[in-house]
Amino acid sequence: MTELSSEALPTPGLRNGAARHPAPALPMDARRASHSYPPEAIAQIQRMAEEGHYEIRGWGAKRKLPTFDDLVFLTASVSRYPLEGYREKCETRTVLGTRHATKPIELDIPITIAGMSFGALSAAAKTALGRGATAVGTSTTTGDGGMSEEERAASHLLVYQCLPSRYGFNPADLRRADAIEVVIGQGAKPGGGGMLLGQKVSRRVADMRTLPPGIDQRSASRHPDWVGPDDLRIKIEELREATSWEKPIYVKLGATRVVNDVKLAVAAGADVVVVDGMQGGTGATQDVFIEHAGIPTLAAVRQAAQALREIGVEDEVQLVVSGGIRTGADAAKAIALGATAVSMGVAPLIALGCNSRTYLRGGVEHDVTADYHALGTEPGYCHHMHTGRCPVGIATQDPELESRLDPDVGAQRVVNYLKSVTMELTTLARACGKSDVHNLEPEDLAALTIEAAAMAGVPLAGTSWIPGSP
Amino acid sequence: MDQVTLNCAELTTREVNAALAALPDGSRARILEPWGRHNLAVGLVNRITVEIEGNAGYFIGGLGDGPDVVVDGFVGWSAGENLMSGTVRVRGNASECTGASAHGGAVIVEGDASSRAGISLKGGTVLVGGDVGHMSGFMAQAGVMLVGGDAGHALGDSLYETVIYVAGSIASLGSDARAEDLTDDDVLTVKQLAALAGFDHIDPENVTRVASARQLYNFDALKDQRY
Ligand SMILES: Cc1cc2nc3c(=O)[nH]c(=O)nc-3n(C[C@H](O)[C@H](O)[C@H](O)COP(=O)(O)O)c2cc1C
Ligand code: SF4
Repeated sequence: MTELSSEALPTPGLRNGAARHPAPALPMDARRASHSYPPEAIAQIQRMAEEGHYEIRGWGAKRKLPTFDDLVFLTASVSRYPLEGYREKCETRTVLGTRHATKPIELDIPITIAGMSFGALSAAAKTALGRGATAVGTSTTTGDGGMSEEERAASHLLVYQCLPSRYGFNPADLRRADAIEVVIGQGAKPGGGGMLLGQKVSRRVADMRTLPPGIDQRSASRHPDWVGPDDLRIKIEELREATSWEKPIYVKLGATRVVNDVKLAVAAGADVVVVDGMQGGTGATQDVFIEHAGIPTLAAVRQAAQALREIGVEDEVQLVVSGGIRTGADAAKAIALGATAVSMGVAPLIALGCNSRTYLRGGVEHDVTADYHALGTEPGYCHHMHTGRCPVGIATQDPELESRLDPDVGAQRVVNYLKSVTMELTTLARACGKSDVHNLEPEDLAALTIEAAAMAGVPLAGTSWIPGSP
Repeated sequence: MDQVTLNCAELTTREVNAALAALPDGSRARILEPWGRHNLAVGLVNRITVEIEGNAGYFIGGLGDGPDVVVDGFVGWSAGENLMSGTVRVRGNASECTGASAHGGAVIVEGDASSRAGISLKGGTVLVGGDVGHMSGFMAQAGVMLVGGDAGHALGDSLYETVIYVAGSIASLGSDARAEDLTDDDVLTVKQLAALAGFDHIDPENVTRVASARQLYNFDALKDQRY
């Protein structure tokens, strides 16, 4: 058996120069990790044995998945010519809901803020998102807890969710919304219902949801008043009748059987189909759901676009895609694959200060690393929305914590972020020779991996091979 | 008082609902030949009376905030869903999910109601003269239900704060639902509800009160906020 010195053995958990005190020499075999039972699997089993419960957390999938990073743009050269990068106009205006609604939603950019409930998020966070989105001409979305006055006031364009729980759902808010989103599923938990643990069910949140304060609120995973696609058609007609056919109706799906689900949503009368891939964030759900249900956004976009084409409605029904969209590159790739717009949850929260070491108040930065540690995490690794103890005031109902988020500061950061994403998007579109970001197309893309080529339906870079194509 | 007659054989659902929405408070409307039409009288906010003369489909009177809707016939799923105020009265039987998620007002079924009556109820009142199907009162959060006949299996499964009174038998109770002693207040409530619905076959002293045992309100494994 070979003896190894501690110099040669990296010590997990210790960074540069931290391994001052040599670990006792261990035989090589002693450090042989099992592929089936790596340290994380062992820790998970130990935790379950201790607590008798599945893990609940926020955020999205953490495992490695094929993503938009596995695609690259074939920007212009001799065979295509680019638009002048800094000066020529590249249109970003986006219209959603042209199919049946008499008042479609007109956005200045094809990037929207996804539904996140007041409850999961603080009122300050909702306000900041609303003001930021409004300043750049895009929409925000309510969530599993109804419409709060703050977000209606802050958001010029507000999409009102109709969820299985129907918490706070009422016809008056329906009428003062700009669009309606029937939520059938979320990428983080397709087939599952929302969750808000007791720590976040404050008196105000409880009142809005007609529930006793402090209970662990687990919402239904199925709508209370209809089941299946034929019923959905009638439900959509009801919502339209109650709003005089003015408002666009979106149907939001967690990405699983995307082709069939998109076709059924269209058959049911959706103006807009929202497809949320498995990377999609959440305020709280079972980790087993986040990591093991649904398909990656990359695969979902292509299938959704294909479904719309197969039934000939690609020019009539708009596709919005979400789940792991972070940058202008992600947005550009989703649009090239067939999305009309993208929607983001976690990324704008990061823009607000999520996972930041500090928060800003009165021009002074306050370090909250210790608060992350109290949650058992670090800035950069936090997924602890479920605890209600968000160190930066975003995912909390605690007044002291919430006061750490200044809505004006947050709104400005959201504006900066959304502008930067838009600039990245138009940079890539111009370089592909497009005067409108919506003219990006699959032909502009190549894949870096065989998986991505197969999922996105674009050729593997350097070849004309699309796996699965004849 | 305005009185209008709208014939579904001649009008689209949109035309019927637009005509109803335009009526001033206090008006009466008769809807003829509904033939199972869905979404009649939905989303109304005016204080009018709508009489649907025949069988109607899904969501009758849904999302209403004010009107009194009477169906002289049977209805499909989710009559009076998400009602805020006003009433929906069905003289015949109702299909599934009667009064789903109703926040206020009263949904009254003089005949039987199928499965999941009062599902997700949020403060409204659901009164059924006859029997209700399985899983009635499922996840009902607030408000009250009165069943004049028998209740199917898993009554009140995962109940929150809704109280269900049943005059007949209960096939079984759902998770976290339990039968509780009847108080004088309960008797008075049942008397008032039965009077409101016009159910004279219910003996208020002789009903079973079903409410939440509140054992599912919190997971018991909450430790250090870790779950
Ligand atoms: C804190 C938080 C709360 C959420 N709440 C809801 C909700 O109430 N309803 C809903 O449909 N989706 C909800 N989502 C999912 C988002 O709408 C969206 O699908 C998802 O965040 C997109 O993925 P991304 O976070 O990677 O951008 C929530 C997400 C987060 C991060
Ligand atoms: S910092 Fe706040 S918003 Fe970000 S993951 Fe942690 S708890 Fe959630």
